[in-house]
Amino acid sequence: MDIIITALELGLISSLTVLALYLSYSMLSVCDLSTDGCFTLGAAVGAVTALAGHPLLAVPAAMCAGLLSGLVTALLQTYLGVPSLLAGIVVNTGLYSINIAIMGNTALLNLNKTETIFTKARTLMQGTFMASQYKLAVIVFFVILVIVFLSFFLKTRLGLAIRATGDNRAMVRSSSINPFMTTIVGLCISNSFTGLSGCFLAMYQRSANVTIGSGMVTIALASLLIGNSFLSKTQNITIKAVGAVLGAFLFRLVYTVALRLNMPASMLRLVSAVIVVIAISAPYLRDRFPEFKRRFENRRA
Amino acid sequence: MSTVKTGAMLELKKVSKTFNAGTPDSKKALDNLDLSVQKGDFITIIGANGAGKSSLFNAICGTFLTDSGSIILDGKDITFLADHKRAKSIGRLFQDPMMGSAPGMTIEENLALAAGRGGWLSRISKAERQDFRDRLAVLDLGLEDKMGSRVGQLSGGQRQALTLLMATINPPKVLLLDEHTAALDPGTSEKVLNLTKSIVESQNLTCLMITHNMQSAIDLGNRILMMDGGKIITDIRGNEKKNLTVSALLKAFREKKGVELSNDRMLMI
Repeated sequence: MDIIITALELGLISSLTVLALYLSYSMLSVCDLSTDGCFTLGAAVGAVTALAGHPLLAVPAAMCAGLLSGLVTALLQTYLGVPSLLAGIVVNTGLYSINIAIMGNTALLNLNKTETIFTKARTLMQGTFMASQYKLAVIVFFVILVIVFLSFFLKTRLGLAIRATGDNRAMVRSSSINPFMTTIVGLCISNSFTGLSGCFLAMYQRSANVTIGSGMVTIALASLLIGNSFLSKTQNITIKAVGAVLGAFLFRLVYTVALRLNMPASMLRLVSAVIVVIAISAPYLRDRFPEFKRRFENRRA
Repeated sequence: MSTVKTGAMLELKKVSKTFNAGTPDSKKALDNLDLSVQKGDFITIIGANGAGKSSLFNAICGTFLTDSGSIILDGKDITFLADHKRAKSIGRLFQDPMMGSAPGMTIEENLALAAGRGGWLSRISKAERQDFRDRLAVLDLGLEDKMGSRVGQLSGGQRQALTLLMATINPPKVLLLDEHTAALDPGTSEKVLNLTKSIVESQNLTCLMITHNMQSAIDLGNRILMMDGGKIITDIRGNEKKNLTVSALLKAFREKKGVELSNDRMLMI
């Protein structure tokens, strides 16, 4: 049971990054490769703020840091003409140095004796029925908050414009909306969720290191695609967002089970890479299969 | 944006545009072009491929900045205004029915974006939904009962009709139709054309329409322009246009150009 709770907690923490990609990848059609660095940035800023004695301030601080990182990525790929994948890679690279600088020129920060949002919650919930699951309560609260925000926001005029930007950019322009603006707003919001996600992981595992976010973009993408494959029928935005969270949990669960079956922990990235490839190419190959089959039969005849 | 006194709805003064200037691929798309469009004009534009018809529309919409000359819309100089800002007062339809709407979003959401009512954080209201329903009903395609369907599921004709509705939901100062029925089958094409006529007439829109169909170029509107080499070579209006025939139009083209028509598409009647 403890294992499942841990998987749920870790899955929900990474689900915030999955929701960020839901906004940037599914809505804006931007594969945001700055995700890894932004996740670490959130962790670093959150850890430093908590170490400075502001465990609650750490959360908005990490989100703001993420937002700024998203702003830079977005400005590069709009007004400065850098191709979107390259913009993400460049920001990701630059963030590595920035993250180390934020952490005070070390690669590791220890939060073992530091007050975090989780320890605050433990104190707050002492004696209530939630006392044993205080970590889960905090994470669930924030995940619900983000889902509620997204399902409201994506139906507003700005949200519609962001969705249309990934769908038909020319149509956005002809609707008198600047797609640069929608890209910037979209990436700022999505990266603030990524920062939040990183902040929570640092506080959860009581440490932040400079590689805490590496591989995150692939893991989150795998989770997003897993969630999508279950709910490919629906167009409902809220259900799709819940699906993304479910995907994150399932991914984590499978990983946890694999660890129990003695899979080395270092295999996580390979597994997530393979899942992304399968999730993207399986539908493609399925659609092409009749064609392959006909060619093959033709050759044999 | 400076205000310029003029009686016309749209005015192009000595507009030129050369692509790839200074290279062997240099192509003069618009050559010192002058055009004055009165409010309520419905102008059809014909000309061979490469005559500059679409470039004319691109210049008006701000797809590119012209090399010289000025463009004045309803008394305002828009020569240097960004395209998405011009889009508020200019509606445009393309030949490709897929270009004007977002396929992954619903009919209702597409209309809401085109209408652009309310603040950034406002959502589609009940009244707005009813308004969309009424407008869709006018199209007579049954779309009013499918407002929650994704636009990607519609046929080309339905999508083009929807785009027409989106482009005119806030009556534009100028509506530009760039061969907007050319990719549709004959029956659908006629239906969309009739819809276009009724919307343009009922809203008294100022409209420019590029077509390769000589007959509809003659039948529709009050003025016909023929373009060649980035210039307007023939401009026929009023009674003279009413009495025009396809053969007379072809003759006029031959005389102006001094050559036989070489482009088959021009000959579509």
